Amino acid sequence: MPVIEIENLSKSYRVYQKQEGLLASVTGLFRREHKDVHAVREVNLTVEKGEFVAFLGPNGAGKTTTLKLLSGIIYPSGGTARVMGHVPWEREIAYRRRFALVMGQKNQLWWDLPALESFRLHQQIYRIEPQQYQETLDELSELLDIGRLLRQPVRDLSLGERMKMELAAALLHSPDVLFLDEPTIGLDVVAQHRIQQFLKKYQAQRQVTILLSSHYMKDVAALCQRVVIITHGEIKFDGSLSGIVDRFSGQKLITLQLAGDETPKNLARFGQVIEEQLPKVKLRIDKANVPAALTEILAQHTVEDIVVEDPPLEEVIADLFSQVQTPVAT
Amino acid sequence: MLPRITAWWTILRISLQERLVYRGDFALGTLMRFLPIVTQIFLWFAIFANLGTGARITNYTYEELVVYLLLTMVARAFSSMPGLASTIARQIRTGDIKKYLTQPVDLLGFMFLSRMAHKLAYYIVAIGPFALVFFLCRGYFIHLPDAPQAAAFAASLILSFLLGFYLEACIGMVGFWFLEVTSLLFVYMLFSFFLSGHMFPLDMLPQPFGTIVQFTPLQYLAFFPAQVFLGKVQGWDLAMGLLIELEWVVLFMLLSRVLFLRGLKRYSGYGG
Repeated sequence: MPVIEIENLSKSYRVYQKQEGLLASVTGLFRREHKDVHAVREVNLTVEKGEFVAFLGPNGAGKTTTLKLLSGIIYPSGGTARVMGHVPWEREIAYRRRFALVMGQKNQLWWDLPALESFRLHQQIYRIEPQQYQETLDELSELLDIGRLLRQPVRDLSLGERMKMELAAALLHSPDVLFLDEPTIGLDVVAQHRIQQFLKKYQAQRQVTILLSSHYMKDVAALCQRVVIITHGEIKFDGSLSGIVDRFSGQKLITLQLAGDETPKNLARFGQVIEEQLPKVKLRIDKANVPAALTEILAQHTVEDIVVEDPPLEEVIADLFSQVQTPVAT
Repeated sequence: MLPRITAWWTILRISLQERLVYRGDFALGTLMRFLPIVTQIFLWFAIFANLGTGARITNYTYEELVVYLLLTMVARAFSSMPGLASTIARQIRTGDIKKYLTQPVDLLGFMFLSRMAHKLAYYIVAIGPFALVFFLCRGYFIHLPDAPQAAAFAASLILSFLLGFYLEACIGMVGFWFLEVTSLLFVYMLFSFFLSGHMFPLDMLPQPFGTIVQFTPLQYLAFFPAQVFLGKVQGWDLAMGLLIELEWVVLFMLLSRVLFLRGLKRYSGYGG
């Protein structure tokens, strides 16, 4: 049975529109114009136990809204969702004990106290048995390497250290489902890498179901077997990372190493010339034209080396993100 | 039940620790609260000095008035909730309230326990200065309450704590609709300072205002407990007074819960 089932889930809300200027501010006191924002539209998704799924999308695509819906923070405008059999927005205590939400931009720990105090509080509110608490804490502090930081006030920790503490706090009650909203946001490369390593290891050991939202390709590439691309509130792709390139890129990159004093002869007619630093030329050509183009190029030039490859994943995804579409309907 | 009690104890303990992090600020804040009472006593001293010895204003002598002011200070130590409404409103605005939606912990219950911890910390520090002020003014306490009266006084103080808590919690919940409650809170503080009897005894007010203020819940925050101590309400009136205070408590307790649930519905509907 799937752990997460989402059917036709939608969320739209109204936001106040303010025109520029003081006059508009004054009229805004009396009459306000609103706009409906469709943050999530008719999303369907099924996640099995133990899957590590990434939500990938630009800012404002609906990733966070989806995670908020699944954590029960907000009600949907339409559709249904079930997580481990619970309807999230009913917010049953039994459900709350079984999942955790970590938001990269939010701090859930007590700012002025050592993290250990927040952990003890979690032990109580989640009713974790003392022995299990100690074991989990030991395990987490070893995996995250935070043992020596537990007694420092949270306000004195670095952002990366704090994020580790947030994760530890969220995992103390051994949730079956974990929602991570941009867990590596604002962290430096080393800290990002550590968090990724931890998540990978932890997920492999515990077989928890994790939904992670991110706009960092690196997070996703490092962690997730399955990627769900969301733009403008809709799922555009659901599959493996390598599948993205096959599906969305109709082009190949061809790098030619020309011989000696050979000059390129009107290569632009085959496609786009991206780079020309003789004797090296880089082209982008539609997949369907590749065989014909290669035959012609080889007939007209002396070529020392040819590389034909897929465009880099980041590029494909960036293209996908930037495809223009009206994000809001009024 | 037992795990619940240990959870309560943990929340209480941690809130207390947090309260004591900024010791300097806390101690200074506690001591500064004695400043207004000193100026008030001097003010009334000046007024009575002009009236001559043995003078009364309505039915208060100078000594009685000083005792009254000291007692309202004690009552306010129970019923005032500095920062409660603004904390709730801020959590709504910043989204920190999400914690209470995703974790198995109730916002109002949590706030209640941490407020108890705040009060406890305050009493520990304030008991010294309180004792000193009462000792210095000991001559003004002409009759002390007997045991049943003292018990009624204690009950009225506990009820005033509950009333103060739920009243301010309700104002904080308004943050679900208006996000910013500072002005509303200011208006409340103003009324509460005046209508709770913190500034002067409410029975000094001319009619019909004297009767009108009897119908607001605010008088239970300071005036009523002081009256109980002074023995000015007794017997049937005392029992009725406590009962009405209890009814106000229950009313605001329910109201805060309703506002919380409705507010959450609104919050959840509007993107969170």
